[in-house]
Amino acid sequence: MILLPCPYCGPRNVSEFRYVGEVSERPDPNETGVEEWRTFLYTRNNPVGWTTETWFHSAGCRQHLIAERHTMTNEVRASRLPEAQLPEGQEERATGGNVAGDGGGAIY
Amino acid sequence: MRAPGAIKSALGAVMSSVGPYDRNGSTNGHKPYRYSAFDLLRHGFSQADWPRAWRRHDPKSSYDVVVVGGGVHGLATAYYLAKNHGITNVAVLDKGYIGSGGSGRNTAIIRSNYLTPEGIRFYDRSVKLYETLSADLNYNAMFAQRGHLTLAHNDSSLRTMRWRAEVNKLEGVDSEVIGPDEIKKLVPFMDTSEDVRYPILGALYHPPGGIIRHDAVVWGYARGADALGVHIHQNTEVTGIDVTGGKVSGVRTKRGDIATPVVVNCTAGWSTLISDMVGVKMPVSTFPLQAAVTEPVRPFLNPVIVSGTLHVYVSQTDRGELVFGASVDPFTSYSMRGSLEFTEGLAGHVLELMPSLAKMRLLRQWSGLCDMTPDFSPIMGVTPVAGFFVDVGWGTYGFKAGPVSGETMAALIATGKMPDLIAPFSLDRFASGSLMGEKGAAAVGH
Ligand SMILES: Cc1cc2nc3c(=O)[nH]c(=O)nc-3n(C[C@H](O)[C@H](O)[C@H](O)COP(=O)(O)OP(=O)(O)OC[C@H]3O[C@@H](n4cnc5c(N)ncnc54)[C@H](O)[C@@H]3O)c2cc1C
Ligand SMILES: [Zn+2]
Repeated sequence: MILLPCPYCGPRNVSEFRYVGEVSERPDPNETGVEEWRTFLYTRNNPVGWTTETWFHSAGCRQHLIAERHTMTNEVRASRLPEAQLPEGQEERATGGNVAGDGGGAIY
Repeated sequence: MRAPGAIKSALGAVMSSVGPYDRNGSTNGHKPYRYSAFDLLRHGFSQADWPRAWRRHDPKSSYDVVVVGGGVHGLATAYYLAKNHGITNVAVLDKGYIGSGGSGRNTAIIRSNYLTPEGIRFYDRSVKLYETLSADLNYNAMFAQRGHLTLAHNDSSLRTMRWRAEVNKLEGVDSEVIGPDEIKKLVPFMDTSEDVRYPILGALYHPPGGIIRHDAVVWGYARGADALGVHIHQNTEVTGIDVTGGKVSGVRTKRGDIATPVVVNCTAGWSTLISDMVGVKMPVSTFPLQAAVTEPVRPFLNPVIVSGTLHVYVSQTDRGELVFGASVDPFTSYSMRGSLEFTEGLAGHVLELMPSLAKMRLLRQWSGLCDMTPDFSPIMGVTPVAGFFVDVGWGTYGFKAGPVSGETMAALIATGKMPDLIAPFSLDRFASGSLMGEKGAAAVGH
């Protein structure tokens, strides 16, 4: 079973989620130049190993979340809400990485 | 048709002599061997082993050109460097065995009915090269031009197909939109009725399209390159690339360092890892793509059938198996594990098109890595690092491009002049914003 831990819903089948992509810092549109902007649009790190990415729980709570996933083993070690989505005054809400302990976590 | 026992065992001998990795790559210095009908017969009677198709060497301390990646792109590049330009001091390095990447995992669809004029011209040159490849390489690649049908289930895809057909015709490529009646004639058991969930409104029909034996293409290029003096080094992983004064000066491998002024990155799904070694950033993301094959049945399906809406395509091999494929997995990964979601989705969609296949059994499913780009087009040519060339971004559609890529990359490396056919695919198109827009013709129909 392929499981992704949603900060709201807990571990859910990955087919409930839509993959958005690598988290990358968006340059300020008013400050950036064309090249920097296009690098942001197109260039990816595409690493073998741990990567931080955005997912969307499309068939669940319909919230975006940030997950740390290993691109070779597809293991997920942590997930959290994106900062922009935190209710005012609330600390970052993280979900424990090792859901493998309760029967899943590694997604293949 | 029934082959006499001798011919059958001769065929067996051919298959096994060019087969798995451990039977090949011996150090015997056998003269390049020409296959012929007579030799097939003779071997059938004598049952003697066939000579090795390519040789094994110890890596030299330097080469004029080092190609990283022993798939169809790397091997074809080496072959055309030697054949068309007389550059034979060339090494092809692969971390596994040749064809262990996408080139040995694809579903072998060859076609040129793309959407952009640049894409059409480029892939059509490859189809032309494939048409004579068996003879050129003296190696039977079994190219079967059975026709290629892309189905339209809604008005918008029909519109894109009309557009494609017109651009195809302008570029001299045989391609037209046909209606359900004609589709029914080409594929009698397809459900072309109107009262199904996804009725078939029409199809883009491309008669020169077809399928090929992908292993034979890889082995044929390897054998051809070897015969011209190219060294093929399997189990030779590249771990670093040396750059001195902005220029490539060598590669580091698990079998030692090799000096070279030219490195060509032909590593498809792994290509960002190689480019990272010289600090070249590329807009490439690695997605797995899965495929599956059924048990063999009698021939009943001639053309290749693709449905973008249903995310599925199917062809029947010469041996009778049905080969199925779909779109890439929904998230990036370097893992080549298959998934149940894929098989489930595939079976549902195939049965929607051809309900009569309900009793077929899947034998195997597998996965390969695809180097996806934002505009579904390759990245070919020079980079900011002198001597470091890329031939990547082959996504789900790069097998058909092997011959033309080898030919053009070899010309670029040998002459220093950018061939017109690949000029639109340069890495700097992303910075300048001149993307290609090939998605409408390359997303599912590999
Ligand atoms: C399931 C599936 C179906 C497909 N169907 C089609 C199709 O129908 N038609 C079509 O045209 N295309 C199809 N494709 C795409 C096609 O297979 C690829 O685009 C094509 O094979 C790429 O060839 P290549 O030679 O560039 O790379 P590959 O064949 O992937 O070769 C890359 C090689 O680089 C080697 N390598 C990687 N890292 C290193 C390193 N550090 N050192 C040394 N060597 C290294 C790998 O071992 C590998 O052998 C399909 C792909 C898949 C996975
Ligand atoms: Zn959720």
